[in-house]
Amino acid sequence: MNKTSNRFRHLVWPLVSLALLLLFNAFFTDNFFKIEIKKQDSAQTVQAPAVPDNPPAPGTSWITPENYENSSDSAEAAAKTVDQAGQAAQAAAEPQQAPEKNDGKGVSIFGYYLYGTPIDILNQGAKVMVLAIGMTLVIATGGIDISVGAVMAIAGAIAALLISMLDAGSFPGASMGPAIYWIIPVVAALVLATLAGFWNGMLVAGFGIQPMVATLVLMVAGRGVAQLITDGQIITFDNPGLVFLCNGHALFLPFSVWIVVTMYVVAGLLTRKTALGLFIESVGNNERASRYAGIEARRIKWLTYVICGFCAGVAGLLAASNIKCADSNNAGLYLELDAILATVIGGTSMAGGRFFLSGSLVGAILIQTLTTTMYMKNVSPAIVAVPKAMVVIIVCLLQSPVFRAKVLSIFASKAAKGGVQ
Amino acid sequence: MDLLQTKGIEKQFLGVKALKGVDFSVKAGEIHALMGENGAGKSTLIKIITGVYPASAGSVYFNGKECKFRSPLDAEHAGISTVYQEVNLLPDLSVAENICIGREPRTKLGFIDKKERKVQARKALARLDIDINVGENLSSYSIAIQQLVAIARALDVDCKLLILDEPTSSLDENEVKELFKVMKKLREEGMAIIFITHFLDQVYEVSDRITILRDGQLVGSYDAKDLPRIEMVAKMIGKTPEQINEMQAGIVKNAKFGDTVYEAKGIGRVGTVSPVDVSIRAGEQLGLAGLLGSGRSEVAQIIFGVDPHDSGTMTMCGKPVNFNSPQKAVKAKVALIAEDRKVTGIIPDLTIRENIVLALQASKGIWKTMTLKQQEEMAEKYIKLLRIKTPSGEQLIKHLSGGNQQKVLIARWLATSPKLLILDEPTRGIDVGAKAEIEALTQQLCGEGMAVIFISSELEEVVRDCDRVIVLRDRKKVGEIAGSDISLKNVMKLIAG
Repeated sequence: MNKTSNRFRHLVWPLVSLALLLLFNAFFTDNFFKIEIKKQDSAQTVQAPAVPDNPPAPGTSWITPENYENSSDSAEAAAKTVDQAGQAAQAAAEPQQAPEKNDGKGVSIFGYYLYGTPIDILNQGAKVMVLAIGMTLVIATGGIDISVGAVMAIAGAIAALLISMLDAGSFPGASMGPAIYWIIPVVAALVLATLAGFWNGMLVAGFGIQPMVATLVLMVAGRGVAQLITDGQIITFDNPGLVFLCNGHALFLPFSVWIVVTMYVVAGLLTRKTALGLFIESVGNNERASRYAGIEARRIKWLTYVICGFCAGVAGLLAASNIKCADSNNAGLYLELDAILATVIGGTSMAGGRFFLSGSLVGAILIQTLTTTMYMKNVSPAIVAVPKAMVVIIVCLLQSPVFRAKVLSIFASKAAKGGVQ
Repeated sequence: MDLLQTKGIEKQFLGVKALKGVDFSVKAGEIHALMGENGAGKSTLIKIITGVYPASAGSVYFNGKECKFRSPLDAEHAGISTVYQEVNLLPDLSVAENICIGREPRTKLGFIDKKERKVQARKALARLDIDINVGENLSSYSIAIQQLVAIARALDVDCKLLILDEPTSSLDENEVKELFKVMKKLREEGMAIIFITHFLDQVYEVSDRITILRDGQLVGSYDAKDLPRIEMVAKMIGKTPEQINEMQAGIVKNAKFGDTVYEAKGIGRVGTVSPVDVSIRAGEQLGLAGLLGSGRSEVAQIIFGVDPHDSGTMTMCGKPVNFNSPQKAVKAKVALIAEDRKVTGIIPDLTIRENIVLALQASKGIWKTMTLKQQEEMAEKYIKLLRIKTPSGEQLIKHLSGGNQQKVLIARWLATSPKLLILDEPTRGIDVGAKAEIEALTQQLCGEGMAVIFISSELEEVVRDCDRVIVLRDRKKVGEIAGSDISLKNVMKLIAG
């Protein structure tokens, strides 16, 4: 058996599904594949349809891509809908006045970047792609982490709180100047998210609590923690450094894409060029036997939750950067489910064992393409989950050898009957 | 007339021919032993007969009609029931629930008739002369009873052919006798039984006929009384009887021992084993003997750090050590091939290569990674050295037969070049050929200066191979014998107390 074909076999069905989806768009969505090279200055005048990450809750009016002119508007729109205390409006007032000035889209190396729906998909899908890395490793050990959405909210909250304090000059680091000090909230957010992962790992690997229950704790409590951090406010910011993460461009592409690329390369090297990948697969497949072979199974499991927490931190920063505010209630809401779906679509079994980071990446892109397609087709966000679920089911069925065999045998028996007649 | 007949059965797995044109037949009212080494194709043949796999070629006739069963359930409806080596029942359900699962009696309203279920279960067990409380959880009974419950379940349908795949491997002598009584009773009722086992004595005790497979081919079918034991073994492994005698005579005990490798004083664990002293020198083979549950495996697990000791001290090559996790033991070059291969041994979905390098890699840690090339070379080396039957190291280990899986596990530990190797029941469930190979291998390793602790329920093996034997009873060490005092009689005496 060919070794290379074995290694990429898991990618076949997700890629086929993605290709079909893109093909659909090629025929039925105008200008789907139109990619333009824009110069930095023109960024504010021409805007391609941007897609909101967290669409307004059902009941509020749906904003079509056409009138969705500026992604920073979406932040404020979202902020306004949740804004009840009135205090948030005060905090939001300043950035509202000057969104143009500090728009991260204006920052670009070389002054040129690519623009179009496919690029937008990559940018918007970055969060789930990053989450899927950690989720894949956790699922490979036979676990699951349903707290990543809440951890994203925590990361966003601490970053937004610190940056607003720094911007206001009420924090020691402020003397470093805005060009540099944005690094402080980034590091703080990542540390806090990693600690959250450490906590999950402790519950699962240290105390032997079932992963679903253990991470449910933080899934529920995490948003509360985020609320505590932000004192129940929605904190908006316009620090160029932080905004750059999800809105800036580098080397022709959105900066978030480069973050994703870097993380996948690092994760790939970490798992395939060291023995970590082998140990994770071994623990996920037979934990007891792995322990008998001298692997510290608990430590390996623990480590995957820590990595997952870190990934959630990065995703949380991207989410906050995208909408330039920390919304503890909605940041990363239900994204844990997308991350799990991406992993499963990518061929990693929920039972643990073999894992495929590249598969998860394709899975995440598939999910985002689907979401974007539906927004572009003006499907109401209230029912968007239905077609999404159908596509997911189809991909999962295609991946199941049992299902494929059944379908084939039906065709075969029909052909045989036809032959007899 | 033959109840079951197969003609020219062939089966191919990913380029490997597991069966090459097997003709096999079973008559009603006979106990028919199916013999062969691991990987000879016994299990594959059974799985084709019962519809687990489709055959690549050939046909199966049952009751005179050609049958193509598409699932074990299909075969069960036709009258072929199978009881596997591992008890495939649900331990947390009651005995009655287990017996009637999938065919529960219903009341008029369509609910499960619990009273009737108990009655049916009792009836099914009565056929095997078992009288137990069918309302109790299955797990509250011994493995032997569970095995009999599995048979009762298999018989509960209208069964004409019963297939028993290694039913005795987890039973003690009395339990085996009980099982045989049941088998003979069923034979008198006119049932056909296919019996697969690795215990040669048992074959002759109950079987009427014997069919031998080797390398996927039929060697022949014989009447049990016409086939001497040594000839059967010879046919199974494809050698002449003379060659076998030579193999057995070839085991020479190693007389020269080196320095003490491992020494433990009073190691024990509350609720597991009372404190024992264990010490072993380089090149020595130490046997742990005792009945099932006497604490043999527990001592091994304490030494290896699976269950950390809570009393006593241990030294390795003179230095004090504290093995409270397997990882520490592995790093100190101790290896344990544990009793239950499926649960504590193989990583089923990983390849042979990955399974072999696992322990060595674990002792190196995450960062000092072996390159793919190094891994492949290592796998290649051990596949050749231990004669593991596989097309390549990239096969998943779960596709290997039991004996070959065991060899992969031995390779895993030899790769770590251990100073102390603990083998817990390494020969259970594997065939004579592989057994002899493993015995010869441990002797060779001892000759090279490795210390080996050998645990086996087969006392003959312990007596034949070991330089010193520690006997355990009721989780206590009751004696130690060495040198020429080691004999079956002396060991038995200590075990019996």
